Amino acid sequence: MGKRPGNPLLASKAIILTGGLMLCLVGLTETAWGAAGAAAATAPGGATPWWVWALVLLGFSFLVGILSLLGGMGGGTLFVSIIGGFLPFHLDFVRCASLLVALCGALSAGPGLLRFGMGDLRLSLPAALMTSSGAILGAMIGLRLPTHIVQVALGFTLLGVVVLLLRARRAEYPEVKEPDALSALLGIHGIYLDRATEEEVSWKVHRTPVALLLFLLIGIMAGVFGIGAGWANVTVLNLIMGAPIKVAVGTSKLIICLTNTSAAWIYLHSGAVLLVIVVPSIIGMMLGSWAGVNILVRIAPIRLRYIVIALLLFAGIRSLLKGLGIWN
Amino acid sequence: MSEMQKFDIQLFYARVIDRAAKLGFLLLLLTFSIYMGGILTPYVPLEDLPQYWSRPASLYLEANRIQTGWGWVAELHHGDMLNFFPIAILAGVTIFGYLCLVCKLLRNREVILGMIVIFQVMVLILAASGILRTGGH
Repeated sequence: MGKRPGNPLLASKAIILTGGLMLCLVGLTETAWGAAGAAAATAPGGATPWWVWALVLLGFSFLVGILSLLGGMGGGTLFVSIIGGFLPFHLDFVRCASLLVALCGALSAGPGLLRFGMGDLRLSLPAALMTSSGAILGAMIGLRLPTHIVQVALGFTLLGVVVLLLRARRAEYPEVKEPDALSALLGIHGIYLDRATEEEVSWKVHRTPVALLLFLLIGIMAGVFGIGAGWANVTVLNLIMGAPIKVAVGTSKLIICLTNTSAAWIYLHSGAVLLVIVVPSIIGMMLGSWAGVNILVRIAPIRLRYIVIALLLFAGIRSLLKGLGIWN
Repeated sequence: MSEMQKFDIQLFYARVIDRAAKLGFLLLLLTFSIYMGGILTPYVPLEDLPQYWSRPASLYLEANRIQTGWGWVAELHHGDMLNFFPIAILAGVTIFGYLCLVCKLLRNREVILGMIVIFQVMVLILAASGILRTGGH
């Protein structure tokens, strides 16, 4: 862990961009509230038109899809923080939608990552067993906890992610002198072709038992908040176990498939699925990811990192204040 | 086991989840179109949803007398409940993938990894069984 050298010019540009994005978010929400209110005044029984919110949700998810791809995140954390923070849906439904959105994203990306050797199945197997077991427990806890407690805890978690993203210096190819006994027994090592350098990279891992305990905690957190927690998986795989960053990112997607499957079943069986939230979210996120790929080739990733960090900071403060009843 | 054999197993798993996930996505788009098009009457009318979505899931279930767990299977003739079928497929992709994987691993005498996969399938089946659920707060 160490400090990354800051760039004041980039940071200030990022703040301006993020401010604009936040204004868009608030503006979109206000417009939707206005439209809903106007329709409620004319509709029999004062019913809020569901389609207005479905369209707003589609737009938000599209935006989250772009930002999460450009920011190098899975999307679940951004989805829960932004949709849960700015739209009127209850956190139960938002968390379930988030789990399914992140699951669909991971299922789409997983096969390609496996084919290119960027995701390693052997590395994912013990880790996913721990996260998926934790996710069941987390989902049961999360659905029982009062919403304001979850909001406050989510706020603190998001602020923690901000600190992690600012301070953690991920290693491209960490040095692992000797694999630990458990990883050697399970045959967790590999070779992949780094297409950027056209070199074959051989890797092995260490500290597997400690990492497995951390994966259990990550699973619990993922279940409570309805996120994939890819940022946490990548951190453990890369910084603790010593997997190369590309293998860590790819393998994290495979782990999310299992984590979110477990948690999603618990939310599904507990009746937290609202289709008008789930399906537009999945479609919006997927369209946003495709659009994000086109933007990615034209924009410097470092700027986007600052935008995502600033958004998470804003959403974390919002969640904290919402949970404390200060900003509803 | 050689690196090539390991990679073969990885490719096999990739193929299985790729096909199953694509099937799930396509079915979800189809059933959601049926729901939005009003071809099948929904269990809960679309216009009623806004009065529930700001409240905890438990209140939504109680107000509409919706069965939790696998109760939706008996209501598949409703447009909204029909969508639970592709969602269950998407949430079942990895279970199916791992079931296929366990056979492949055991055939290659990868006993320890095979056991991990069996434990994983048991965890996922426990989650999918509907035994573990909560009525919310």
